[in-house]
Amino acid sequence: MNTVIFRTIAPYLSALMMVFSIFVLLRGHNEPGGGFIGGLIAVSAFAIYGIACGVAAVRRSMVVHPMSLAGIGLFIAVLSVLPSYLFGQPPMTSQWLIFDFLGSELKLSTPLVFDIGVYLVVVGAITSIALSLEERDVD
Amino acid sequence: MEFVIASLVGLLMSASIYLMLSKKLVRVLMGIAILGNSVNLLIFTGGRITRSVPPFIPEGSYLPLEQTANPLPQALVLTAIVISFSFLAYFLVLGYRAYQELGTDDVLEMRVAEPKGDEKPPLGY
Amino acid sequence: MAVSSNTVDIAAAMVTQPVQGADWLLVTPLLLTMAGGAVAIMLRKKTAIQPWIAIGVISLVVLSNIGLLAHVLDHGVVTMVMGGWLPPFGIAFTADAMGAFFALSASIVALCAAIYAAGSIEASERRYGFYPFLILLLCGCTGAFLTGDIFNLYVWFEVLLISAVGMIVLGNDKAQIDGGVKYAILNFVATTLFLMATGLLYGLVGTLNMADIIVKVSQLEGQGPIYGIAAIYFLAFAMKAAAFPVNFWLPASYHTPRMVVSAVFGGLLTKVGVYALLRVVLMLMPEPREWLGDIISLVAIATMIAGALGALAQTDIRRMTGYIVISGVGSMIAGLAIANQVAVAGAIFYAVHSFFCITALYLLAGVINRIGGSFSLRELGGLYNKSPLVAAVSLILLLAVAGLPPFSGLWPKVMLVEGALESGRSLLAASILISGILLTIAIGRYWIYAFWRGGPEGTVDGTLVPQSDGTATVASVSLPMTVTVPMAILTGLVIYLGLFPEGVMAISTQGAASLVDPTAYVQSVFGVWP
Repeated sequence: MNTVIFRTIAPYLSALMMVFSIFVLLRGHNEPGGGFIGGLIAVSAFAIYGIACGVAAVRRSMVVHPMSLAGIGLFIAVLSVLPSYLFGQPPMTSQWLIFDFLGSELKLSTPLVFDIGVYLVVVGAITSIALSLEERDVD
Repeated sequence: MEFVIASLVGLLMSASIYLMLSKKLVRVLMGIAILGNSVNLLIFTGGRITRSVPPFIPEGSYLPLEQTANPLPQALVLTAIVISFSFLAYFLVLGYRAYQELGTDDVLEMRVAEPKGDEKPPLGY
Repeated sequence: MAVSSNTVDIAAAMVTQPVQGADWLLVTPLLLTMAGGAVAIMLRKKTAIQPWIAIGVISLVVLSNIGLLAHVLDHGVVTMVMGGWLPPFGIAFTADAMGAFFALSASIVALCAAIYAAGSIEASERRYGFYPFLILLLCGCTGAFLTGDIFNLYVWFEVLLISAVGMIVLGNDKAQIDGGVKYAILNFVATTLFLMATGLLYGLVGTLNMADIIVKVSQLEGQGPIYGIAAIYFLAFAMKAAAFPVNFWLPASYHTPRMVVSAVFGGLLTKVGVYALLRVVLMLMPEPREWLGDIISLVAIATMIAGALGALAQTDIRRMTGYIVISGVGSMIAGLAIANQVAVAGAIFYAVHSFFCITALYLLAGVINRIGGSFSLRELGGLYNKSPLVAAVSLILLLAVAGLPPFSGLWPKVMLVEGALESGRSLLAASILISGILLTIAIGRYWIYAFWRGGPEGTVDGTLVPQSDGTATVASVSLPMTVTVPMAILTGLVIYLGLFPEGVMAISTQGAASLVDPTAYVQSVFGVWP
């Protein structure tokens, strides 16, 4: 799998996939998509990058350890449950913040925060599995 | 239609039970993979199979405009797939480790935790 | 089915009333454990502060669960639905007295384990993730005890299983991998059976909300495949609880991990299986349970007797404790077989006793290994000289687990026997007593061999070969705080439940009442019986 073509293309391909994963994450509220599937796309991006350039390069590019990323995601998901307490509503009731941003309507909501948490959990957990499997292949 | 899929569930389940009764760990794991899939199919069938559109609600409406497929079994199956998939990945790694550490993939020979011919308990006080 | 688009009655599907702040107590333990687990994962490398995170988070969970139990005892069953969707659409969390009480007991057990682990789990194992697993295990337990949705119960079971398989191979010994393979695969098959039964139940009644299932199943009037579904549920949960014909994963694996891991497993996991049996088979499907009554009773008898005989046949105190767990599970299943209010209350009380007592027994095995250097009854001996205090504590715990007065094991067995005689199941009553006698013999040998005799085998007081230098060496041992504090908490609870059982009995009876007659449970979810 270490051909020159693949190694040259892989960084661009994974960058493109990362952008697409974020697109899928954000569009998931009105159309098919969401944090889970977006996270899986991002994992595939990391996996491709890992196959082409090695596990060490992926770990460098992620900055934090994948499991820590999963922890951050879980924490964010828990945070998204809390705002409904302030409004006397049951947990996980969605709260919307709709405002005008540079001329277009921007909708921020707790489901979005939850989905970002899910995205990070999926990216962190599955990347760490994928990386440990790829590392195992070497030895 | 339900009858055909229900038979398929039965077929898959009997195959998985046959595999899980094997002594070889690899076959047991394959049996587990098939068992997970057959149960997913079962849940899917349990939610009734209909010829209808995906359950999306069009913009500006609170309800779907026509009869849609039942979304709940799909959500359940998705959850179950994720769980059974991740467990299968874990089991494969565990099985491989067991093969490396214990030098066998025959479950009858895996007697490290419960060794054969263990000391008898003391008789009396 | 043509429906007009914008004429929707929101109040029919969504919560419109403001929610009381106190109801949030239902979800705070889950939020705390999830957030705490997340923080512990993020700070995995900082091994020195890991125990403090865990102890802090779990202490908060204990406080929150005390609040929840008090709230439930004051106000009856409490329900909360996620996302504001009314049941049966939203995932409901419903706490009755049993669920809240079990959640509280589980968090106390986890707190003791977290303290004990601070002194016994090494830095490399902390880095591997012992504490995140422990916190998430508690999360799974609490979720299972508080959820009111059967698929959600399955998800919590998987959370439990994920944390458990992570913990069981902690340390990477050969024996652990061997035990881990058997534990993980058999438990996964059990949860898959649970999922299968849930799929069939959904196909039959078209709902997953437990209160809704109660109503729908009672409308079936015993028709249809509900009997088969109940049988699959019984098999699945009996497997999780380690009941007799499907118990073999437990003695194969529970003695292999670190003792504190075994303590958490023995204290929490089998009890989750018993909880699910009581909740699903007894509360959701009363008629099929009656139909299965004789089989359940046979299983209970076989589990009690097999567990006690297994305990008699062991020299390794860890494996002996594993069989004691199984025997206790038999007693709780006896409550399910009898199913009148006294017996179910007895089963709930027994579960609470077993939470504390079994955890303490496994921790005790760790303490014995620490001061005696072995787990084998043949190699132990003379520990009374080394530490009379440990000897006294272990005598208390062992008498409690055999059901002897004045400790916590006595009262639930009294209630179970009373219930069995009331409903005419005299064989079951006799087996409860016989298993008690067999366990007494087993624990008597445990204590006499480990503590009372002068030294291990081969010394003068031991039996085999008299040796010249056979005087037992008396070196007093001092145990660190991480051992004494959790042992003191658990032993204190065992003594307290034995001497002042009225409070727990009242809570158990309330819990049993809501299982035997779930009207209050259904009303809490729907407002009225629909």
